[in-house]
Amino acid sequence: MLSTPAALDNPATKDPGANITIALVGNPNTGKSTFFSALCGIPARVGNYPGVTVEKKLGKYTDAQGQVTVVDLPGTYSLSARTLDEMVSVDVLLGRQEDVPNVDVIVVIIDATNLERNLYLFTQLRQLGKPMLVVLNMWDRMQSVGRAIDVDQLSQRLGTRVLTTAASRRQGIDAARIAIREVAQANCSQPPNIFSELFQSEVKTLGEWLTSTLSEDIAPFLVERLIFDVGCAHASQLDKRVRPNGQVTTRLQEIRERLAAANQRIPALETRERYRWIRSQLVGITTVPDEQVRTLSDRIDNVLTHRIWGFITFALIMFAIFQAITTGTVWAMDWINENLQAWMISTVETLLAPGSLRSLVNDGIIAGVGSVIIFLPQILMLFFFIGLLEDCGYMARAAFVMDKLMTRLGLSGKSFLPLMSSFACAVPGIMATRVIEERRDRMVTILIAPLMSCSARLPVYVLMVTTFVPPVSWLGGWVGLQGSVLFLMHVVGLAIAVPVAWLLKKFLFPGDVPPFVMELPSYKLPSARVVFYRVWERAEAFLTRAGSLIFCTAILVWAAGYFPGDHAQLDEINHQLEALTAEPNGQTSPQIEALENRRRTLSADLIEQSFLGRAGHQIEPLVRPLGWDWKIGVGVIASFPAREVIIATLGTIYSLGGDVDAENESLHAAITRSHWPDGRPVYTLPVALSIMVFFALCAQCAATLMVIKRETNSWRWPVFTFVYMTTLAYLAAFLTYQVGTMILS
Amino acid sequence: MLTLADISIGQTVTVQDVTGDDPIAIRLMEMGLTEGESIRLIGAAPFGDPIEISVRGYKLSLRKIEASRICVAPPASTH
Repeated sequence: MLSTPAALDNPATKDPGANITIALVGNPNTGKSTFFSALCGIPARVGNYPGVTVEKKLGKYTDAQGQVTVVDLPGTYSLSARTLDEMVSVDVLLGRQEDVPNVDVIVVIIDATNLERNLYLFTQLRQLGKPMLVVLNMWDRMQSVGRAIDVDQLSQRLGTRVLTTAASRRQGIDAARIAIREVAQANCSQPPNIFSELFQSEVKTLGEWLTSTLSEDIAPFLVERLIFDVGCAHASQLDKRVRPNGQVTTRLQEIRERLAAANQRIPALETRERYRWIRSQLVGITTVPDEQVRTLSDRIDNVLTHRIWGFITFALIMFAIFQAITTGTVWAMDWINENLQAWMISTVETLLAPGSLRSLVNDGIIAGVGSVIIFLPQILMLFFFIGLLEDCGYMARAAFVMDKLMTRLGLSGKSFLPLMSSFACAVPGIMATRVIEERRDRMVTILIAPLMSCSARLPVYVLMVTTFVPPVSWLGGWVGLQGSVLFLMHVVGLAIAVPVAWLLKKFLFPGDVPPFVMELPSYKLPSARVVFYRVWERAEAFLTRAGSLIFCTAILVWAAGYFPGDHAQLDEINHQLEALTAEPNGQTSPQIEALENRRRTLSADLIEQSFLGRAGHQIEPLVRPLGWDWKIGVGVIASFPAREVIIATLGTIYSLGGDVDAENESLHAAITRSHWPDGRPVYTLPVALSIMVFFALCAQCAATLMVIKRETNSWRWPVFTFVYMTTLAYLAAFLTYQVGTMILS
Repeated sequence: MLTLADISIGQTVTVQDVTGDDPIAIRLMEMGLTEGESIRLIGAAPFGDPIEISVRGYKLSLRKIEASRICVAPPASTH
């Protein structure tokens, strides 16, 4: 073996600046995410910043010099640190966010069709003193609407590199990679003086005072922000560190008074001066077509936001989306349930002998995986439409059209689509709340979304309605009682959601109504790439983050239903059954039937003896006031992972085997026959109604709870949702049963 | 005082002031609604609220409650 000199072993040949970190910053609707995906490809690492609901998105790419880590900061209009997004952005940019490396280059993504407003954020970022690269994105669109910008002149006036891209077509991405390297190595120029001499001297004095008092350097950017942001959290933090306390606020007040005396009132000063500076820089270098020329976008808008047509188009689009995520995904969900899962289970059956291992794999693991991927069709479908609507520019119009109605619920127009989607399934619905920027609106929407009657409740309704609600109808068969009850069950959750939203706003998320100040981007043809990235990102986030938790819940509930019973006899019967059915001999059918019966009875006994069954017996006193027996109790506990599981559980308990569905005749017969020890039937109309009302309002869906955990970045909210919904469901079921019994007796 | 909530569709006006120092007022100013800026009311949603305006070359929607904080004046040159 050759020994190499130590000097060669050491990979010190690498340039220390080879691995750099860049941050992408920009307004919403600038195509920043598309630029990010074009730069780094997929997948990105998407998560949350510790302890907050701000999305953290990291990506990486490698160029000739080394690796570049890309931090995609949340879209923001300003760095004034009034919202969580803005605070986290400032922390990342100043290198104060612990889990993000120090940022070497700030890349500002600007919508070239909306230069003036986008440059506002640029002027704030400029003050950070970091190397910057300005990317004029959507350059292709800007040209197509007849606008022009003199890029060289703009670069000179702004004092930064400026380049043009069309990220949705991957144009200019390579040039951006090269420019990022060049900017990282160059010295950054002095920020422009946007504000008056008086303001600058105030900043200087305050900065010096803070540095000497706290004996640490405060970034000039933060000193400026202290003056601009009246009542900001940073000032009160500093107040506690100076002696006597509160001096910072006092000084800031004095500064603002001196500025106001010089006709430079805070906060108007900041926006006024920044915009004045921007306009002065843009003089003579931008060409805008005649304002009076109506663009195609304007003409489309005349229809889509029209008082009547706007509403009709909106309703049609929403109807189409709802159809697509419900009936349009049924085939895929059936395929997962019936073909994929059945195939996996039968494969396992040929490989593993009956026993606890096979049960773990088939009833625990495969069922667990199935309970995760069953959500994928709806998630993919919903985010396909959301991607389409967002990228073509309609999403903002949808919020605009629906806002007035949604304010009646104390929410904004942006909550409509997530809530509507929750009628199909709360999982994609809750994931769709990311479009709501205001934290309060988003939280309230997340917390009431599970009350919308999703498609998983339908099997429970169908079983109860078809068995216990008489099939009478009026008006020549047009209005049926069964259909009306089904409809009422769908309305119950929505009706309860209104006061719940009001209470949540009043007590948990108090404060002023958040403003509805929203940009309406121009219409354009959606890009397949952008839509694909959007769908991929959401599906990936669901599978990796929520999927593992949903899977674990399924395994736990399997274990609770399996242990501690002795399965030796059941395994033996399964063994015999499989041996018999494998024989191509028709004579054995009575024998198979006898064994099947034994198996069903044994399964029913085993589930009764399991932890789950014991828990069902334990809670019987608790569910008696709802009119339920322990069997229903077991069904409710077993359906914690997903509501529809109650059908299979009831099937097992009533010795029918687990593979029954809501329309199964023998299940109908079994629950009709089910009776109390004294001979009274368990199921009466009030009991059926109480079960339906319970399932309409309860939070028996592990996937929803795990997605809430993932979206709110805290265990507090899924626990809260479970507790509030279960309490509501219990009380409502109690009332339904008691009142129903009183009326019927 | 005339505010943005009072003007009719198609009218062009000039921003005089944004009332208040709270986050909503600041957000409105950050979106480009600063003193002297000329804005045009483009339209309104099906229930008459929110409204859509054109400012600094882009389209912005806001509720009437927010629009009523924006004091406006008709443009100086009314032939």
